[in-house]
Amino acid sequence: MAANPMYQFNVYRIGPEIKIGEIDISFTNASLFMVISTLAILIIFNFGSKKKSLIPDKIQLLSELSYSFVSKMINDTAGAKAKPYFSFIFSLFMFVLFCNMFGMIPYSFTVTSHIIVTFVLAAFIFIGVTIIGFIKHGLGYLKLFVPSGVPIILLPLIVIIEIISYLSRPISLSVRLFANMMAGHTMMKVFGGFVVSLGLVGGWLPLGFSVALTGLEILVAFLQAYVFAILTCIYLNDALNLHH
Amino acid sequence: MKKIIIHLYALFSFNQIAISAETEGMPQLNPEFWFSQIFWLTISFGILFIVLSKFILPKIRNNLESRKSQIMDNIEIADDQKIKGEKNLKEYDKIIFDAKDSAKKTFNLAKEKIQLELSKEREKIENELNSKIKDAENEINDLIKSAPEKINLIAVDTAGEIIQKLIGVEVNKSNVSAIVNDQIKTTRDK
Repeated sequence: MAANPMYQFNVYRIGPEIKIGEIDISFTNASLFMVISTLAILIIFNFGSKKKSLIPDKIQLLSELSYSFVSKMINDTAGAKAKPYFSFIFSLFMFVLFCNMFGMIPYSFTVTSHIIVTFVLAAFIFIGVTIIGFIKHGLGYLKLFVPSGVPIILLPLIVIIEIISYLSRPISLSVRLFANMMAGHTMMKVFGGFVVSLGLVGGWLPLGFSVALTGLEILVAFLQAYVFAILTCIYLNDALNLHH
Repeated sequence: MKKIIIHLYALFSFNQIAISAETEGMPQLNPEFWFSQIFWLTISFGILFIVLSKFILPKIRNNLESRKSQIMDNIEIADDQKIKGEKNLKEYDKIIFDAKDSAKKTFNLAKEKIQLELSKEREKIENELNSKIKDAENEINDLIKSAPEKINLIAVDTAGEIIQKLIGVEVNKSNVSAIVNDQIKTTRDK
């Protein structure tokens, strides 16, 4: 059973079954790792923001570097107008990053390898950005679908393509993260399985692959969190600064 | 590469479903715990967002800003002190320059004074020497002037005596002196 590489993505109940009406909201291993990630972020950044020394210690430096990293990312992609959304993007980046990173611990659970989690995040971003766009520009936000400098004959086609691409944003955003995380963890499990099945004689090659993959996956875990956050910034930029 | 392996594995695991009913392919597509995940995601992310945005991020922002302002203040102070230092250096240079100038002046003054005194003294000594030399020259001139007369006298006396001894005649002195003078004149002319 454990040899099945998809087994690691199983969600199971921890503790009693909790139901609101017909809806099952029991605490599961997925919930556990969401809570662990949240707590880890809060603890690290709480300690990082407690001291106010001029020369920061390690944990303070970590939190301040993360702050300026995300701040710079938002400023570069969405401009100064995106400042009010800093907290959200920071939380989003840290949440995805920590969920990805906790998933790299053996026998842990990767929250972001579930399409429903990433889709809810992406859908929330999509709806939020759309609402912000309509609030800021009114119906003028629809100009987003009409790029300037396009021949009139091509315009209907372009508009349809733009609308489809806009509507597919939550799907591409969520599937990108989910697929990357799932693929990476599945691959690691597969190679781990090869190590076991090939044994002492032939297991060394897949073991080497496993080690290399672990490094790659840690990179991917960071990169996907970054991509998730930066795409959010880009969508936000479209909504805030309408110049297509 | 990744995707191919996923497909392979998806196939593989779907085959396993066929084999054993317990495994269910991709657990992600099993909606059993979807609502639970959405619920706990909302709760945990909500708490994370609220605590970060209300309590932690403002503190970090304040820290960064206060550090920035502190560093700016320090830079300002350093600039001020630099300007002050440069001013002090200029003053110092000026003082040194002035001191050198005044030292030179004093030196020159002293030099001039000494030279003046020296030349005065020299003049005095030179004058003295000159007067002494003049005196000596006068004396020599006097001697030179008086010398031929004395010689004449001696020559006349000796000539008289010689003549007396030779011929035994008393000679008139004026005659002898006339002859001697004549003789001397001829030898001088020669």
